[in-house]
Amino acid sequence: MTTPVVSMSNINFHYESRKVLDDINFEIPQGAFMGLVGPNGGGKTTLIRLILGLEKQETGEIMVFGQSIQKLKNRARIGFVSQKANTFNKGFPATVYEVVASGLTAQLGYLKFLTKKDKQKVHEAIAQVGMTEYTKQNIGNLSGGQQQRIFIARALVSDPELIILDEPTVGIDYENVKKFYELLYKLNTEFKKTLLLVTHDTGTMTEYATDIVCLNKTMHFHGNPDEYALLTEADFSQIYGHPVSLVTH
Amino acid sequence: MLLDFLTYPFLRYTFLTGILIGMIAPLLGTFIVVRRQSLIADALSHVTLAGISFGLMAEKKYGWVISPIYSGMIFSVIGSIFIEKLRTVYKAYQEISIPIILSAGVGLSVIFISIADGFNTDLFNYLFGSVSAVTVNDFYVIAGITIFVLVIIWLFFKELFTMSFDEEQATIAGLHVKWVNMLFIILTALVIAASIRIVGVLLVSALMTLPVAASMRIAKGFKQMIFLSILFGEIAVIFGIISGYYLDIPPGGTIVMTSIIILLIAIGMKKLRK
Repeated sequence: MTTPVVSMSNINFHYESRKVLDDINFEIPQGAFMGLVGPNGGGKTTLIRLILGLEKQETGEIMVFGQSIQKLKNRARIGFVSQKANTFNKGFPATVYEVVASGLTAQLGYLKFLTKKDKQKVHEAIAQVGMTEYTKQNIGNLSGGQQQRIFIARALVSDPELIILDEPTVGIDYENVKKFYELLYKLNTEFKKTLLLVTHDTGTMTEYATDIVCLNKTMHFHGNPDEYALLTEADFSQIYGHPVSLVTH
Repeated sequence: MLLDFLTYPFLRYTFLTGILIGMIAPLLGTFIVVRRQSLIADALSHVTLAGISFGLMAEKKYGWVISPIYSGMIFSVIGSIFIEKLRTVYKAYQEISIPIILSAGVGLSVIFISIADGFNTDLFNYLFGSVSAVTVNDFYVIAGITIFVLVIIWLFFKELFTMSFDEEQATIAGLHVKWVNMLFIILTALVIAASIRIVGVLLVSALMTLPVAASMRIAKGFKQMIFLSILFGEIAVIFGIISGYYLDIPPGGTIVMTSIIILLIAIGMKKLRK
């Protein structure tokens, strides 16, 4: 049996007096495309911050690639894509190439410079997300969807095994969201990347994900898209903590 | 017109020192501006003033000969460390460290100046810059700082770029963000202390930000922005020093006004392109 990419057991976490995560136990299997859904304030981002080592859990254990995240030396094994297309400084005059190359900084280490091979990796990552023609363009001049592809390329350039995406499609139009999911699907199936995607966009996500987790302080559901499709309004009302009406397209 | 600068050694050193600070001030300014920390230069320049005042006071009142450039540098570096510490104490209000340090700098300066019963021309030179204040020793100190800054920026360029673009990503990737930030702010403190002889306390932040503001309008990429910022900084310093000398005006004023003209041209060019 292969070691899960992420394994969390008995995780509890408070922000001051507010309990955010209550006895969380779950695993991300190798090769999964996991969608993480739940209401705002339900602990999704906190869960990600714990996996990334940005917060420390109060109880329990988080293992990433079989090691405690605090002891994981090669952080380049994890790629992270946030809602950057919405929040980053668009006036920052950096080219697509410069932004993607910055994804190699930590992996290279201090006092090291990009080699020819590294530069090749940068071009390959840009090609993987279909943005080669924009390599020399200023990232601030691209559309939200294109910028998000560049941030994926930055995560990809260090060849991570796990890519965590925190609501990456916020502010992106439907057509580009669809293309974005196709790219994620390709990364998962063709390039064998394990993906953890936090999203509110459950409709499109269920078409591509292999696993779905519903989180609202506690873990309410963990299953595959077929099992997720069987959840009822009553189940969702319980997960979201208020009455939910299901709308299907 | 340049003949006096080639003939008189004190002008030659001022000119050469100007070339050096015209390079390193906008170079560091590029990182400062993109990180939205432009006011840090102002805070540190006022702390440097406290150091200079201390040096002048120590000499006038107690006869201790401490070169103001060294006392300014020491105060500036200490101030920079305090700014970085305060930024971690007030994580949600990081900008508050700037008025705290700035007011501390002004407060200390007032105290030192009062103890020394005023300094007249010396202080005026430090406030607005001077073409005749640079000594041979100052030139060598500033040349040393320039080499140090260039080497450090060259060695840590990729870390500084990554942190400037996305500090959160840099932290997640495992970079020692705190230490690189500390190193950078110490460099900034040194450059500010080095620049004050020519540009003056009140105008040093302009040399770090105005050339960058101009280059930002037209640059296509970060490295190009650095190159253009240095180019504009050099034009401003060279033109500012020469015109300041011939018009008998402190060079700080002419350097800043040249930078403003460059900035207006850059804004105009961008509008014309549209």
